[in-house]
Amino acid sequence: MTTSATPVKGKAPLGAILRGRSVPGRVVPVIATFVLFVLLFGVGAARYEGFTSGQVVANLFIDNAFLIVIAVGMTFVIVTGGIDLSVGAVVALSTMVAAASLRAGLPAPLVVLLVLLMGSTLGLLMGLVIHYFEIQPFIVTLAGMFLARGLCFVVGVESISIKDPTFRSFATAAIPLSQNVSITWSVVIALALVAVAVWVLHRTRFGRTAYAVGGSESSATLMGLPVAKVKIGVYVISGLCSAIAGLLFSLYMLSGYGLHAVGMELDAIASVVIGGTLLSGGVGYVLGSLLGVLVLGVIQTLISFQGTLSSWWTKIAIGTLLLLFIVMQRVFMRRQP
Amino acid sequence: MSVDAKQAPREAGRAAVVQMRGISVEFPGVKALQEVDFRLLPGEVHALMGENGAGKSTLIKALTGVYTPTAGVTLLDGREVSFSGPADAQDSGISTVYQEVNLCPNLTVAENILLGREPRRFGAVDGRACRARAAELLADMGLHIDPGSVLAEHPIAIQQLVAIARAVAVDAKVLILDEPTSSLDQDEVAELFRIMRVLRDRGVAILFVSHFLEQVYEISDRMTVLRNGRLVGEHLTADLSRLDLVSLMIGRELGALAEVERLAGQAGEEASTVPVLQATGVGRKGSVAPFDLQINRGEVVGLAGLLGSGRTELARLLFGADRPDSGQVRIDGKALHLRSPRAAIAAGIAYCSEDRKGEGVVADLSIRDNLILAMQAANGWARPIPRKTKDQLVEKWIKALDIRPADPDALVGKLSGGNQQKVLLARWLITKPKVLILDEPTRGIDIGAKTQIQKLVAELAQEGMAVVYISAELEEVARLSHRVVVMKDRSKIAELDQHATVDDIMRLIAHVDERSEAVAA
Ligand SMILES: Nc1ncnc2c1ncn2[C@@H]1O[C@H](COP(=O)(O)OP(=O)(O)OP(=O)(O)O)[C@@H](O)[C@H]1O
Ligand SMILES: [Mg+2]
Repeated sequence: MTTSATPVKGKAPLGAILRGRSVPGRVVPVIATFVLFVLLFGVGAARYEGFTSGQVVANLFIDNAFLIVIAVGMTFVIVTGGIDLSVGAVVALSTMVAAASLRAGLPAPLVVLLVLLMGSTLGLLMGLVIHYFEIQPFIVTLAGMFLARGLCFVVGVESISIKDPTFRSFATAAIPLSQNVSITWSVVIALALVAVAVWVLHRTRFGRTAYAVGGSESSATLMGLPVAKVKIGVYVISGLCSAIAGLLFSLYMLSGYGLHAVGMELDAIASVVIGGTLLSGGVGYVLGSLLGVLVLGVIQTLISFQGTLSSWWTKIAIGTLLLLFIVMQRVFMRRQP
Repeated sequence: MSVDAKQAPREAGRAAVVQMRGISVEFPGVKALQEVDFRLLPGEVHALMGENGAGKSTLIKALTGVYTPTAGVTLLDGREVSFSGPADAQDSGISTVYQEVNLCPNLTVAENILLGREPRRFGAVDGRACRARAAELLADMGLHIDPGSVLAEHPIAIQQLVAIARAVAVDAKVLILDEPTSSLDQDEVAELFRIMRVLRDRGVAILFVSHFLEQVYEISDRMTVLRNGRLVGEHLTADLSRLDLVSLMIGRELGALAEVERLAGQAGEEASTVPVLQATGVGRKGSVAPFDLQINRGEVVGLAGLLGSGRTELARLLFGADRPDSGQVRIDGKALHLRSPRAAIAAGIAYCSEDRKGEGVVADLSIRDNLILAMQAANGWARPIPRKTKDQLVEKWIKALDIRPADPDALVGKLSGGNQQKVLLARWLITKPKVLILDEPTRGIDIGAKTQIQKLVAELAQEGMAVVYISAELEEVARLSHRVVVMKDRSKIAELDQHATVDDIMRLIAHVDERSEAVAA
């Protein structure tokens, strides 16, 4: 309110102040996440030898490629004010379907197509129910989560290992960046997806409408925006991202299993929130979510470098950070009218 | 009376753009519209008139596909249409500003104006072109704000103008404006009318809703009057006197408009000189320059000033909604630490916000629950109020403010705009505060109810309540107030006594303008 630009009829000097205004409040959490990432990395660099090696950074991406992908999908959903709890289960289902159909002898490209189709269809169904029956996304995607987890065990109760040569070669192929740093195809796919998502969410009408729906759905409707299309669309995107993440995960694990990716939806939500996206919708950035995932990843790396701490400390650190960031967002939002 | 060709000889040769016949709209338990006929001619401003809850907004929503009529047909350019929603209506050339500001507070001004029709380059929204186009559209309306600023940073009036800019940005053949002027000042209204005239002369058919008779008579060529969801008649504005219009609207013969005036509240004789609230040097950087203000028991203090002069900001400081960074506030002589609205409420200050949608009523609760919430808050949560007392109080306030429907169980979100405003008002009146700050309390309220509310304010003051009255309508302020504080450029520039007239206030605002202009030159 204090920054409200008066109509400059009265030659208010405020206008001048405003023009020189620094960063808008909603970018602050993203910057904070970035600073946090740099700090954490700095701590690692100071304490552990070899932390700053290029491969450690590369591994950060390699080990979290699938999380980056679902966090991207989740960002779309949360920006519209929704939530998608089904992503972890859909990842598991994707690994399962991929592994089982490869075992059955289906060619790899067809398997990929099948999995992507399945993920987007699940997303589409959930989106349709959420929009047309006006049911809370929390409930609908919770149901979707149980459904997808259940389906995993319909496909098979045991872990199925992937022996398909195409998948295997794809999984193990290393793309050298320099003499002693290399990444995997998963990283390339994840980063390409981030680029596409940045473009779609920030530069297209679809993206703008997603923000509008998150800001005020009733207003967006009265403004004549394609609310239904966008509201359902974001769940399709999230479903598709989960399926892609599932494929990356099956490359990472080289197996399909119904208990893969348990709780991954929560990691994704945490990354998105730490990345500065408001759970209430309307504010958020794809790059913020990427940073969120990297923060989570760097904490994990720190703890593994430390060596004596149990990996559960990662959870404690994430929990603390999450709380901290939500509080910070509150404070910044309150400053605004 | 129905639409009759003889009544309106002027439209000879012009075919209606919009023609609605026998439109009925029903909600569970409410017949909002019953067999209403309506038409809109090109190149004409058509006013839709009626009391709060008469069905104006419903008719507009039935036309634009937000509601589906249970009966009747709608013709656009002679062809039968049935829109699936606002998007569909928009595509057919009907551009609408619905009642209340329906924009996205989280997006920038430019985004709000151009959402859904942004200029694009290679498939991507062109941010720079967007801002340039938005700035152009805003400048056309005499509004010079940063198109890149977030909408929520702006006061309601600016938001309303932004909504209008959005609607006129497209080449529509029908422009619908549902109470676009409710929080605008004279200058903004004049600007809007200028634009409306330009569009009208270009052949656009304009539908206009307002509770300000002056405005309606100034701008409209024809009017349709609704009462209780039924059509009362269609008339040329020139043929219908204000008196006749009012009696058509309320369905009773009114002796004279003077009667309305007589009923209206007037500042009582003498207010006491016992101070209730004393503010010394209260201010906040970037919001309002430090000011002194004393409000006495039983006194109505008016706050006058142009849009953006700091009226609302001053009120928010007194209420602790924004924290003052200098000065001190005393209530009954005791220093008050204005940390939060809670502290202010506890000290007996109530603030009835101009933004009823954002920070006012709870739309998903019934009228009863909304009023009881306020009662409980005033009474302390630990002390239950007997059911019977509650019911009596609720009934009393529904009656006192003539809230319609007078059903305590009606959901507030489903009431007409004016009636929601009345509920909001009742919520604060119930708490019996020592100091009541009313920010645009009669916004969107019909003339009958408006006078009732003004009367109520005068009565409350007579009973000893101190009232701060903010309104863009200077008449109202001058008539009701014992003292008028004039604001300009975010500082208090004068304080006038009871005998202040609208002219005095205008002169003060204008005078300083000239001087600063001279300095600037
Ligand atoms: N969504 C809804 N559900 C139920 N009742 C509704 C709904 N919308 C409007 N109504 C009822 O329909 C009637 C007409 O309301 P409407 O909003 O059209 O009035 P209005 O003429 O625009 O009044 P105002 O001047 O106060 O804006 C009112 O009695 C209102 O309570
Ligand atoms: Mg209305």
